[in-house]
Amino acid sequence: MAAAFIVRRISAAIPSLVGVVLATFILSRALPGDPAVYFAGPAANAESVQQLREALGLDKPWPEQLWRYVTDIAQGSLGTSLTSGQPVLDDLVQRLPASLELTFCALFFAVALAIPLGVLAAVKPNSLIDHFCRVLVTVGAAFPTFFVGLLLVYIFYFLLGWSPQPLGRLDEIYFVAPQRVTGFYLIDSLLVGDTEAFRGALGQLVLPSITLGLFALAPIARMTRAAMLTALGSDFIRTARANGLASRTVVFSYAFRNALLPIANVMGMVFSFLLGSNVLVEQVFGWPGVGSYGVSAVIASDYAAVQGFVLLMAVLYILLNLAVDLLSGLIDPRLKSEA
Amino acid sequence: MTPAPLLDVRGLGLEFRTRTGVVRALDDVSFSVAQGAIVGDVGESGSGKSVAAFAIMGLLDETARITSGALSLSGIDLLADKRRALLDLRGREMSMIFQSPRSALNPIRKIGRQIEDVLVRHGPVARADARARAIEALRRVRIPDPERRCDAFPFELSGGMCQRVMIAMALACGPMLLIADEPTTGLDVTTQAVVMDLIAEIVAETRMGAVLITHDLGLAGEYCDRIVVMHAGHVVETAPVAALLARPAHSYTRQLVAATPAAATSIGDLASIPGGLPDLRRGDLPFCRFEARCSLREQICAERPTPTQMVGEGHNVRCWRPA
Amino acid sequence: MPASAFIANLRHAFGSNPLTAGAAAIFVLLLICALFGPAIAPYDPLATNTEMRMSPPTAAHPFGTDQLGRDILSRVIVATRLDLGMAFSAVIVSLVIGTAMGAVAGYVGGWTDQVIGRLFDTIMAFPLFVLAMSIVAALGNSVVNIIIATIVINLPFYGRFARAEVSILRNAAYVEAARMGGNGAIRILWAHIVPNIMPPMMVQASLNMGWAILNAAGLSFIGLGVRPPEAEWGIMVSEGAAYIFSGEWWTFVFPGMALVLAVFCFNLLGDGLRDLIDPRRRT
Repeated sequence: MAAAFIVRRISAAIPSLVGVVLATFILSRALPGDPAVYFAGPAANAESVQQLREALGLDKPWPEQLWRYVTDIAQGSLGTSLTSGQPVLDDLVQRLPASLELTFCALFFAVALAIPLGVLAAVKPNSLIDHFCRVLVTVGAAFPTFFVGLLLVYIFYFLLGWSPQPLGRLDEIYFVAPQRVTGFYLIDSLLVGDTEAFRGALGQLVLPSITLGLFALAPIARMTRAAMLTALGSDFIRTARANGLASRTVVFSYAFRNALLPIANVMGMVFSFLLGSNVLVEQVFGWPGVGSYGVSAVIASDYAAVQGFVLLMAVLYILLNLAVDLLSGLIDPRLKSEA
Repeated sequence: MTPAPLLDVRGLGLEFRTRTGVVRALDDVSFSVAQGAIVGDVGESGSGKSVAAFAIMGLLDETARITSGALSLSGIDLLADKRRALLDLRGREMSMIFQSPRSALNPIRKIGRQIEDVLVRHGPVARADARARAIEALRRVRIPDPERRCDAFPFELSGGMCQRVMIAMALACGPMLLIADEPTTGLDVTTQAVVMDLIAEIVAETRMGAVLITHDLGLAGEYCDRIVVMHAGHVVETAPVAALLARPAHSYTRQLVAATPAAATSIGDLASIPGGLPDLRRGDLPFCRFEARCSLREQICAERPTPTQMVGEGHNVRCWRPA
Repeated sequence: MPASAFIANLRHAFGSNPLTAGAAAIFVLLLICALFGPAIAPYDPLATNTEMRMSPPTAAHPFGTDQLGRDILSRVIVATRLDLGMAFSAVIVSLVIGTAMGAVAGYVGGWTDQVIGRLFDTIMAFPLFVLAMSIVAALGNSVVNIIIATIVINLPFYGRFARAEVSILRNAAYVEAARMGGNGAIRILWAHIVPNIMPPMMVQASLNMGWAILNAAGLSFIGLGVRPPEAEWGIMVSEGAAYIFSGEWWTFVFPGMALVLAVFCFNLLGDGLRDLIDPRRRT
């Protein structure tokens, strides 16, 4: 039964992948004007444009172009970046861990704060913490991520001097980047036992993670509070109380586990925000991830790079949603037996 | 010398503070439940039956305030302000089961675990033994194949089976008192009978006391030893079941009996009792809350508090002009 | 709902919730700035004054001046038109098109429903800001294309909502009656179903405005769409960011706070509207 559920969920993700590949194809090829010119870049002459056109098959009929596009992607060929001269795939792989590390830290921060806050707000309605939660949710949702990042840098770096200079993942003057195993500085530095580098990397991660996480905090806290309120008001909680179960059991084993479902559902939207805001945060903090890569690619009209970036982000998003779906199956047994 | 009652409710008064006013939900409610007896609590929706039950169980929320009266279970004062003590009593010495059994169970937790939770809480039952005890509890309520069913989720069981699971949970620790709040509403007639027979059998076997809250006078007539009739937060009549059905003394009870055919059906017929419940937020609630709907209404009913008169052996009625 | 009852409802909603009333007041302020910005701005937003460059907030320049000596208060006021205009046009157009698509999909069902549904699913398969970036990259770097990108990424919200509501209403008895009376499908949709879904759609639109403003500002922040010397909150924050390290905070804080104020206002208005129209859906 569980295996069937997993297969079902994975196969539900496939149409999304297909749609995404199609959409990126349309966006990059079905443009007004001559795509070959865009791909070749402003410095190209007519001859190299023509060469590129033939090489990319841009003169062929659309179905054939689509087939080439799909097979190229399947073989891992995403084209070559105009600005770096490297294959786009290499550029992305090089930069991906930086973005992932940032996103995971932000997610951890957001969840570690939002869920306890939401639970407490629901368990003690109309208390100070409930009001604080509601204010945070309303106000937090109004601040643009890039503005929050700049504010935090101004306050904690410029004014207070608590935080290191926001110039990327590691201050290369004081620290040496660890040997690349996973690409995650926090993990790699611990793997070689370099606690100095670990602290340095962590210090650099604090402000960007908080910036990115703050925007995610609002919807998670709001949904946690709402879901807990609903759960605590349901019939089965009344039964649990009637049977004299301890408050802690009622709130955590009974109410909270049931609230996890709507919370998991809202994570889809949260991931969309996180991956999108990633771009903005990387800009503010000079973070060498795929987000800043995407921005420079868009500004420079580096078509292959833009396409690769968008495709990567979409695939990441689909995989993240799939992971949440599978986790939901763990939480709610009713989902596993759905026809 | 009659033995002391198991559950003794005396002059219970209760009100809710709401945004639109103070609702005087219960006024001078008195009844008792003896050991081994099933007492029916009958009345239409809004009569205060469930509220009284929640007050007994201590399940009311902060907007509720008990204004007067006494509640005792086997001599234990239920109104003494000891939250911890009440928490220990609930589920161990007094239990409650509810209507819509499937939604009254945790949908994402195996039913065996839910029973184990109650056992472990009231102990001393160690986790290791809990599962065996849970299976035993399921067996007692005649759930087939209890070892396997222990690992089932509520959505995998029928409504009748869910109710039996609830009963198993409620009785797992051998309580003195069981309150059943509309346990058969929503179940089909055959299942109703099965569930009620089960309850009756267990009460007889263990000599515990039970309160059956229902709007179905026919059901109460079939399974209860005594019946308490409530209207708008008042107890209007209490009597042994035979006496109540044969010689109902209160006007309301008479109409209830007349409205219920011999084969127990639901109370769509109650609509034939004219009028409706008075608004319990009114500051000027009359002494008799049935007055507006009563054909025997007299001057004195509005002028003085209605007395409770005894009209037979164990048969009390709150009326100036009982039959 | 008759007008008198609606006004009474409005009064109750604002009276019982001072936050909503406050948001409405801010909305009026923003509207005034958007409509009359150039007239009420104390200085010409494009006028440079190198002598006065980078001066902190003073009585003469309450928000200070930027790196070219332009008065920031004037630029913030004038930028209201562009920021609100971009968001508003995007929301209106995507509301209309999205609702139409969703309503048709919900009413007609079958293949149309499948195709439209898949289209929405594909849009939602992307992190929306990233999709907006790629649409702007594909169509070209201009304000119009920012609006188009925002329209596209907002379609599914209205579309799915409309589809759900229409699917439910479709089976309502009065629609059956109209259908039996021989009214065409379009007329049925228009006359019966659309008025019913408009109130909740209005709530969605108000909540969406805040998000559309953030989206457009984010795109300008990374350098898409609006170009200097145009006054727009996102680009002003971006330009001001360079001066954090020299402590000249006013260049990015004031336009940023304008963004916060606008988004906050629309979020509160949306919440207030939702409480007015359907208090059950409150979270």
